[in-house]
Amino acid sequence: MNFNATLIGQMITFAIFVWFCMKYIWPPLIAALEERNARISEGLAAAQRGQQDLEEAEVKVKESFNEAKAQAQEIINQAQKRANEIVDEAKEAAREEAEKTKAAASVEIDQQITAAREQLRQEVSSIALAGAEQILKREVDAKAHAAVLDDLVTQI
Amino acid sequence: MAGSYANSGEYIKHHLTNLTYGQKADGSWGIAHGADEIAEMGFWSINLDSMAFSIGLGVLFLWGFHWAAKKASSDAPTGWQNFVEMMIEFIDESVRGSYSGKSALVAPLALTIFVWIFLLNLMDLIAVDLVPWIGGLLGLPYLKIVPTTDPNITFGLSLAVFALVIYYSIKIKGPGGFFAELAFHPFPKYMMPVNLILEGVTLIAKPVSLALRLFGNLYAGEMIFILIALMYSGGIALGIFGGFLQLGWAIFHILVITLQAFIFMTLTIVYLDMASQTDH
Repeated sequence: MNFNATLIGQMITFAIFVWFCMKYIWPPLIAALEERNARISEGLAAAQRGQQDLEEAEVKVKESFNEAKAQAQEIINQAQKRANEIVDEAKEAAREEAEKTKAAASVEIDQQITAAREQLRQEVSSIALAGAEQILKREVDAKAHAAVLDDLVTQI
Repeated sequence: MAGSYANSGEYIKHHLTNLTYGQKADGSWGIAHGADEIAEMGFWSINLDSMAFSIGLGVLFLWGFHWAAKKASSDAPTGWQNFVEMMIEFIDESVRGSYSGKSALVAPLALTIFVWIFLLNLMDLIAVDLVPWIGGLLGLPYLKIVPTTDPNITFGLSLAVFALVIYYSIKIKGPGGFFAELAFHPFPKYMMPVNLILEGVTLIAKPVSLALRLFGNLYAGEMIFILIALMYSGGIALGIFGGFLQLGWAIFHILVITLQAFIFMTLTIVYLDMASQTDH
């Protein structure tokens, strides 16, 4: 083993290399690694959050789906009820209309009966008057005996 | 393989000698030819091959990682970027696991140590004869390509770590606290000299064991590669057997070089952690 100045040369070289490594190699690399670590853990956390959000959203979707279904059912029920009501109303209206028509018809019939009766009465009264004229053999003043005749008419 | 050498001893010696530049005995400066000349050069010479491969591989590491650092973003990484980030994460985890304090230095230091030492060790897997042969073509008498088989390199690393340990000890505990840790432990105060010796040895053992462990493992590994390579000159049967051995040892060595780099890094972190802990 011969020791010579190589020893000193190696020490100086070593010092320079370590200095260079400390100044220009280690810091950027370790910074990049730490940054990547941070990014990865961030990404994992985000993924977890996403998963959670998805689950929550699924629950929400289910809920709103059920709600919508219930609403739809309610609307259908209401519509059905309304339809029934409309049918009932229509029936009612039809019946009322029929009754009205029937009432009108019966009123007219009554009127016609009354008119016919009146006519009949008058004809009877005129026949009676003619009969009485012939019996009395003289002209009876229709005007003078109107009251008597009317009384007669009402009695018929 | 070993045909151009006088004997196998020469071959081994050649492969374990550094390309050293320094002042020769006659006063001129140049590359040493042989172990004697290297010994004559004394301390003020330099192993050109160790330094060149060490700096080259270090620059390769810094360039590759810097390229990734410039493109670093929090988007999905690909290819080389991905590999670099994996390394960073691995180092960061190791540092977090062993170092309790907060320091901007320890993690980059650990990264540099791990990757750089791994690359230096990796040179061990290049065929032992290939690079010295290329060096020979270029006119270089020696070329040892595994810098971590050079104790100068491993001690250079461990002494730098040791300097940091001392610096952190004094910075965090104060000079008095650091001295107290050495002097008043494990025995009571009146046994101070014994304490100082014990703790001093413990302190010194850190860089020495750090450097020698790495050096020893890699030196032995390289030596075994060379010994196996020697078998190629022993006939066809021995050569084929040697080929299998080479393959097996290389595969095993992949584990060793990674493990040694990891141990060096982990112990560095642990030593620095011990230095920055205030309660003993």
